[in-house]
Amino acid sequence: MEELVRGLPKLPSLKSIRHLTPLAKQEYRNGLLYLSPWILGFLAFTLIPMIATLIFSFMNIKITDGVLNPPQFVGFDNYETLFGDPQVWNMRPNSTPGSLWITIRFGLIALPVGILLPLGLALMMNNKHLKGQSFFRSMFYMPYIIPFVASVFLWGGILNPETGWVNRTLIALGIPKENTPGWANDINWVYPTYVIMGIWGIGNAMLTMLAGIQGVPTDLYDAAEVDGAGKLATFWNVTFPMISPVIFYNLVLSVVGLFQYFLVPLVINAGTGRPGGATMFYNLYLYKTFFTNQNMSYGSTLAWILFLVILVVTVVMFATARYWVYYASDKG
Amino acid sequence: MDAVLRKTKLKKGLNATFVTTVTAAVLAIFLMPFLYMILTSLKTQTQITILGAPFWPAAPAQYTYEGEDLGTYTYQMDLGGTMSDVIIDMNDYVGRDLDMYMVPIDGEIQNLALLKGYNSASVFLDPQDPAAGPFMWTGYYKGLERGWEISPTWQNYTDVWELINYPRMLWNTFFYAFTTTIGILVSCIVVAFGFSRFRFPGRDFLFIVLISTIFLPGAVTIIPTFTFFSQIGWVGTWLPLIVPSFFANAYDTFLLRQYFMTLPRELDEAAYMDGASPFRVLWSVIIPQSYPAIVAVTIFHVVWAWNDYFGPLIYLSTKMDSQPISVALARFNGIYGQQPQYIQAGALMTLLLPVILFFAAQRFFVQGIVITGVEK
Repeated sequence: MEELVRGLPKLPSLKSIRHLTPLAKQEYRNGLLYLSPWILGFLAFTLIPMIATLIFSFMNIKITDGVLNPPQFVGFDNYETLFGDPQVWNMRPNSTPGSLWITIRFGLIALPVGILLPLGLALMMNNKHLKGQSFFRSMFYMPYIIPFVASVFLWGGILNPETGWVNRTLIALGIPKENTPGWANDINWVYPTYVIMGIWGIGNAMLTMLAGIQGVPTDLYDAAEVDGAGKLATFWNVTFPMISPVIFYNLVLSVVGLFQYFLVPLVINAGTGRPGGATMFYNLYLYKTFFTNQNMSYGSTLAWILFLVILVVTVVMFATARYWVYYASDKG
Repeated sequence: MDAVLRKTKLKKGLNATFVTTVTAAVLAIFLMPFLYMILTSLKTQTQITILGAPFWPAAPAQYTYEGEDLGTYTYQMDLGGTMSDVIIDMNDYVGRDLDMYMVPIDGEIQNLALLKGYNSASVFLDPQDPAAGPFMWTGYYKGLERGWEISPTWQNYTDVWELINYPRMLWNTFFYAFTTTIGILVSCIVVAFGFSRFRFPGRDFLFIVLISTIFLPGAVTIIPTFTFFSQIGWVGTWLPLIVPSFFANAYDTFLLRQYFMTLPRELDEAAYMDGASPFRVLWSVIIPQSYPAIVAVTIFHVVWAWNDYFGPLIYLSTKMDSQPISVALARFNGIYGQQPQYIQAGALMTLLLPVILFFAAQRFFVQGIVITGVEK
């Protein structure tokens, strides 16, 4: 977390409230006053709901016919259910995988694409031979701002097994119709399909990486050239370390986003897990538990486990960051 | 010397052409769905289902016979194993629309109008030269490719306009974007001012808490929040979507705070010397200097609200007349999913405004992202 505020101009922070001068007290009051909208909102819409979710996870609360049943305290029952829930954990081959493994398996395809594609595009934009850089930059970014529902339908149209351009082209190239992919309806192709549908979300990552690449001091490149480094060596020893904080930032955002992934399967495959249960992502299972089955306490348990998983993964990422993320201020 | 210079110049030119062409090709693939959307939204359902139909909006080509004063013709044809006379009276065809086929004659493909077709042979008329009269072609006409002509179906747009209740959905989306933008601007400017201009114990800790909420999964707060809004009767209204926007969010506060930090404090101090209150400083000193950041936050938020799907989905699922366009489009797909031309027309009507906004305000997008993304 401290990387987030590093490099920002810091105001001298005062040690203790008791020793504040009247003027400083005045400033304290004013500061809190201006922060109050966020503090109130944070309490009302973040902190208190988080604690309530935690409490719900230790209770048995169900809504039947729109009426809240009297809640009971059940200890760790919901957590026991969760740790034995095949819909979360199942890893056995030839059966529907648990939602956590679905999420991770999808991530193994989605995360590399989500980092390498914007990085590749940013390097392409930065090529000194490229004409019209700002035009290309805008055009590659532009799809990022269109409504995700619309972009899912656009890619979904192109990838429609019957009427889409991709399969029509494959058939025209002589591939038998029965060998063409079924895309979103095909258990072997549904993850690549989702990755393609998410490709338009890379604009932000691309722009931040491009800005990072352009911020690399040119004397570093000159030094590399003097040392006789080739293009690959220069990228690996100069560009990559210098932009590793930006890559790291995007990787953290992608991982946090991955564990919360569910809107595309909700829209494309109606949140049913089709085909063959392969798209019942963890977060989708969570929302179904609450919104469809109206099981508040088990939904809350799933939510807290999700929170803890994201927290652990993020902490691990920050802990390993010092081995590969380069912060100029660390090494002076 | 001159030759060497010319050679490097040529090499540079070749490199530029190569790199730019490759980038343009990647861009073309990247933006292909837009072309698919536009072309599909102008097609008829019939064209979409025909395998081998052109990818541009087209209708089977037709030729209207005007009646060139031709007479009656008789042909000998093999109809179901027996040779029979087929009589073509050209007067029967006056004013009729004839289907066009691509007929191979003497190794050349000709675009001809079908008068009468059978399994073994057919009678065609050449639209280029109708006065030459009809003639017989031996072969199965249904095996021939149809001729096509450009024919955009604008009807899809008017159909979707009504089916999706577009004006109503558009108004809902505007309303959602407008009210929440007001909320975000008012609250985030105030909070960003607090974070950037006052020093007090715990401020930096609170700032880290604010930033951390970016990484917080929404799932961990949604169940009690939704239940609470449901208990006080707000589900089915706009309130759960609008009210929280007046309590500041992390992204926009961060962006504004970063910008405020770059403004010189001398102006603030001069205003304080003149006896101005903090609010007065915010209003008369900070805000007038911050238009670029405020415009960026406004645009980001309008686009965000325009695209928001899940919030409106859960809070307005029972109130179809109140839903914004993104939810309406997904619902529309549930009904007309088998009619790609409707879905693509609907998608175009959904994404048009954000795209226009983007091209009108590109500068602010790029600036805003670089502030939030790189400086972290």
